[in-house]
This record gives sequence, C-alpha cells and structure tokens, in this order.
Amino acid sequence: MIITSRFFNRSELIGFVALALVLVVILPLSLDVFRLNLVAKYLTYAFVAIGLVLCWGYGGILSLGQGVFFGLGGYCMAMFLKLEASSVENTKIQSTPGIPDFMDWNQITALPLFWQPFHSLTFTVLAIILVPGLFALIIGTAMFKRRVGGTYFAIITQAVAAILTILIVGQQGYTGGINGMTDLRTLKGWDIRPDHAKIILYFFEVFLLFGCIFIAQFIRLTKLGRILVAMREQEDRVRFSGYSVANFKIFAFCMAAIFAAIGGAMFALNVGFMSPSFVGIVPSIEMVIYTAVGGRMSIFGAVWGALLVNFAKTGLSESFPQLWLFGLGALFIAVVLAFPNGLSGIWADYVQPRIDRLLALRKSKSGSPWAGNSVADGAPAE
Amino acid sequence: MFGDYSIGELGSIFVMQGFAGLILFSVYVLMALGLAIIFGQMGVINMAHGEFMILGAYVTWMTSNLFQSYLPGLFSGYFFLAMMLAFLASGALGMLVEWGLIRHLYKRPLDTLLATWGLSLILQQAYRSVFGAREVGVELPQWMLGSLKVTDSIEVPINGIFVMGLTVSITCAVAYVIYKSRWGRQVRAVVQNRIMAGAVGINTEKVDRYTFGLGCGIAGVAGSAFTMIGSTGPTSGQLYIVDTFLVVVFGGAASLLGTIASAFSISQTQSTLEFFTSGSMAKVLTLLAVVGILMLRPQGLFALKVRK
Repeated sequence: MIITSRFFNRSELIGFVALALVLVVILPLSLDVFRLNLVAKYLTYAFVAIGLVLCWGYGGILSLGQGVFFGLGGYCMAMFLKLEASSVENTKIQSTPGIPDFMDWNQITALPLFWQPFHSLTFTVLAIILVPGLFALIIGTAMFKRRVGGTYFAIITQAVAAILTILIVGQQGYTGGINGMTDLRTLKGWDIRPDHAKIILYFFEVFLLFGCIFIAQFIRLTKLGRILVAMREQEDRVRFSGYSVANFKIFAFCMAAIFAAIGGAMFALNVGFMSPSFVGIVPSIEMVIYTAVGGRMSIFGAVWGALLVNFAKTGLSESFPQLWLFGLGALFIAVVLAFPNGLSGIWADYVQPRIDRLLALRKSKSGSPWAGNSVADGAPAE
Repeated sequence: MFGDYSIGELGSIFVMQGFAGLILFSVYVLMALGLAIIFGQMGVINMAHGEFMILGAYVTWMTSNLFQSYLPGLFSGYFFLAMMLAFLASGALGMLVEWGLIRHLYKRPLDTLLATWGLSLILQQAYRSVFGAREVGVELPQWMLGSLKVTDSIEVPINGIFVMGLTVSITCAVAYVIYKSRWGRQVRAVVQNRIMAGAVGINTEKVDRYTFGLGCGIAGVAGSAFTMIGSTGPTSGQLYIVDTFLVVVFGGAASLLGTIASAFSISQTQSTLEFFTSGSMAKVLTLLAVVGILMLRPQGLFALKVRK
C-alpha cells in the first residue's frame, strides 16, 4: 500500500466533507437547540471513539477503562466551573460561604488543597490534558513495560474504572459523590446555560473534534501509524526489528486517554454536570461499542458510530425502554460476529465499490478510460 | 485504628470478620472456578458469567417456590435438587452459547469479551422481563437459620458454614474431574496443544463445548449458593464480574490452586478492612492492592508454564 502524499486520499476526502457538511451545516440548521445540545453530548463520545480507533483499531490495545479518562477530563473541567459557581455571593446561605455546596453538606469547612489550583482556567486546561495523560502514562508504563497485554490489560483497565467509580462515590465531600457536580453556571463570567451559548459551545466542540481527527489522521499516515499496525499484527517481529513495542503502545494509550479527556471536558461544558455514572465499567464498554459499530479502523466511522448508537439509544429508550437493552446486546453480538469492521467496513465492502464502478462507467462514457482503484478506507486484513 | 479495642475484642473481631470473609471467599471461589476453567483453559473472556450465575439463583428461587406450594413436606431438602437443576440449566445454556456464539470467536479473544458483554445485556433484560426488576429472596429451610455460638463473643451463622462446605466439596469435585478423570486429561491436552490433541483423536470441538458448559454450570451452582446469603436481582451478577475476573487473573489463569489462594487473600483483606474503614474504601484499597501486585507480577500468583 502506497502512502499517498496527500493528507486525505479521495475516499477519505469524501468522508471528511460529508462529516463536515452534516456537523457544521445540516445539523445546526435542521435541529432545535435542545436536540443540537444532545448532538453535542453524543459528539463528546466521538472524541473517545477516535482515541479508541488509534489505541484499539491500530494498536490492538483494547482498553475497557476509557471512562476513567473521560471522567478525569470532565471532573477537571467541572471543578473549575463549580468553583466559579460557588463564589462567596452565590453561596451566602451556606455555613461556610465560598466552597461548593456538596462540601458544605458534608461538613467540610475549607476548600481542600487539591481544589485550590482549579481557580485558574489556564491550570484547568493544562490539567484536562495532563492529568489523564500522566495517569495513562503510569498505567501504560507499568503494564506494557512488563509485557502485559491483550485480555489482561482489558481486565485491569476495567478494574481501574471500578476503583475510580467507587472512590468518587465514596469520597462525597470532595467529589460530590453519586450525584456528581451539578449546577455549573459560568465560564469566566460567560453564562454557559442559555441557547446561544449552547450553539457557540457546539461549534467550538466540532472545531476541537476536527482538530482531533486531523491529529489522528496525521498519526495514521506517518510511520508511527504503520508501526502500530505492524505491532497489532505481529508484535514479536516488530520487537525483533529493534522497535520498542512498549513505548509505541504507551504512546497510543496516552493519546487515546487525552482524546477521551477532551471529550469529557466538553461534556461538562455542554451538559452542565459531571457524575460518576460516566466513569464506570458500563459506560466504558459502551464507548468501545461506538468504535466497534463505526468501524475500529476508521476515524470517521468512529464519529458516525458514536452519533448513530446514541441516536438509536435515545430514540429506542424513549419509545421502547424494554427493547433498548435487547437491541444494544444484539448490536454487540452482530457487530462482533458479522461485521468486525463495523459501518466503515460495510461502506468499504459494499457501497464504495459500487460508487467507484459508477464513476468509472461515467468517465469511460465521456471518453477517458479510468478504472476506480481507490484504496479502501484502510480496511485491515483481519 | 486498633486503639479503642482490647486484645480479646480484637481477636473476636478478627475471627468474626474472618468468617464473614470466608463466606465472601466461598462465593468468589465458586464464581471464579467456572471462570478460571473457561478463561484459563479456553482463553475466552466470558463477561456474561455473572448472568449464568444469576440464572442458577433464579432456578433455585423457582424450585423453592415450587416446593413451598406443592411439596411443603420436603421443603427442608429442596436445596439439593435446586442446586442440580441450577447446574443443568446454566450448563445447558452455556453449551448453547458456545455453539451459537463462542466457537466462531476462538481466534479473537478480545472480541469474545464484547460479544459476551452483549449477551449479558440481553440476559439481564430477559430476567427483568420474566422475573421483574425487583430483587427476590429465597426462603431458607429451618435448619439453615440461626447461628452457632462458639464462645461468648464469637458466633458463626449456619448458612455460612453450609456454603463453605459446599464450596469445599465442589472444588474437590472439579479438581478431581480436571486432574484425574479421562475427560479432564483431554481438556488439559487441548489446552496445551490444540493441534496435537486433535491429531491423536480428541474431538477438540466437543471438549470445548463441554468445558464451557461445565464452567457455566458451576456458575449456576454458585448462584444457587448465592441465594442463601443475598437476594437476587437482574443485575446482581454484574456486581461481581470484575471482582471475579481479578480473582482469576490474580491467581494466575489456568491454576486451580492460584484461584483459591487469590480468592482467599482478596476476600480476607476486604472483609478485615471493611471493619476498620468504610465499605467502599475497603473495596478501593483491596482492588488497588490487587492491581498493584499485578503490575509487579503480571502472571499472577501461581503461573502455569506453557510453551507458546
């Protein structure tokens, strides 16, 4: 396979334009603000899904603890917003004004030390990237340097997700417990709750999402991406060729963690609260299914997967709450058994060849004999 | 931490908490045994294991209800029949699942994890539709109620003793089947070298199916035992699945002894810590310790050396 000198090849360019059209033009024009805010919520999962494409699809590392990083990012953002919402004037009725309400309910009288730096937005933005990144670095180094991989890694990340959830729920005075951090109001004095703010936040999120897509696409196209794929297919050969397999795995895992954390931070901004129900084992596995449905090898597929599964979830659970779990379970099984490359695999196998044939037919009619030989969307040889 | 208690009281606390830990240990061992067989011998991650366990629990519940309404005279002995039925029901469902789902995925272990998670969602919703969302409790026969007074300050509940006895006998039976019987030899042969095992005439597909069935069946028995110490709801199984996986991984997959040792150390640590800190912190500390040790020793406590 020749690496194209262009950033996107032809089919990827179509994918990019289609996604941009839908996210930037069609959805904002056709949906009301409430639904657009829902889309913004779904898109926060798309960040996680893109990270999983890099880490799982390309690197072959299945992490069942992405909720941990999503949560860490979200909680960092929520802590900043919560501090701003608990200014002394807003919290006059508390026994200790100036601290978040849940601390007051839990008889804490002073702001804990680790909350102090979250008064600063700069620190918060850095923390959103660095805290999950460093956490992933520690887990990744401990695991991959000792050649723990595959199923063991999946189970251990799952245990980490369980630990963090129990910890957040248990330490109510410091984290808000099971209810999480609610009632987030302003960002540097700018109210995040009214409709026009929701629209601005939506576009900001789409902008960030495309940033992440570009980073992921860049990683995919460089030698780094090739090594990740090689590692997934034949880890030993890559190791014997002199590459440090562990370092590449750590890198992929950290990137996935940072993407997830950005998603989490946007979640706190868009939805206006953060709670442990987005951290634990169940949401973490659901994040994996978005990637699996969209196609674990396709960056755009991951975004579509996150959007479609969540739309289906909202639609089904609104009208048939009984059926939703059956549907989700069946979706898991069907995707794994029949379509291991998800929607993008179906697209590359069935739709793309037809489009190519049609285009080729038209071109040959108009006189230029051109055969469609586009490379399918990075479809792997499983 | 220890300051407020006298030496004698501390001794009693440790014995009582130790016993509570032993009951937790029994449930862990019963669940982990099935999982260790499936994960250790076949390399399949069965996320639906908790749901197989809950199936056993529901079968026990139904049997107890049947005995109560139609055979009240035999009620004191219903449990033994219920246990067998639970084994058969979970085992049969397990074999069906292996045939329909798992056998297509042996070469993709990470995908079995996702597929069985899907299965667990479907089973949970099925339980909710059939048995209702509320938790159900089984009425225990008279002889299982009450507790045994060992000394003035130490009491042990009888149902706990029964569950422990059950665990010991099932563990012995499984050890016998795996290490002594002809079928167990075949299972181990398939684990060590699938192709060679096939070449010498072992029907590897059949061995796989029965191994999976046995693992699920033991989960069913675990569910049966579970009804005696807690109530059963559609999602009860999910609460235990991560703990159980950690038990298996911590013990070293494919090692029966390791599974027992790790179940023992995890449950004892947790129940002893539970008395001195809050329940959630005990759990966090235990899990952290397990994850920490696994980072230092990824192969688990007892590793079986297998050539790859």
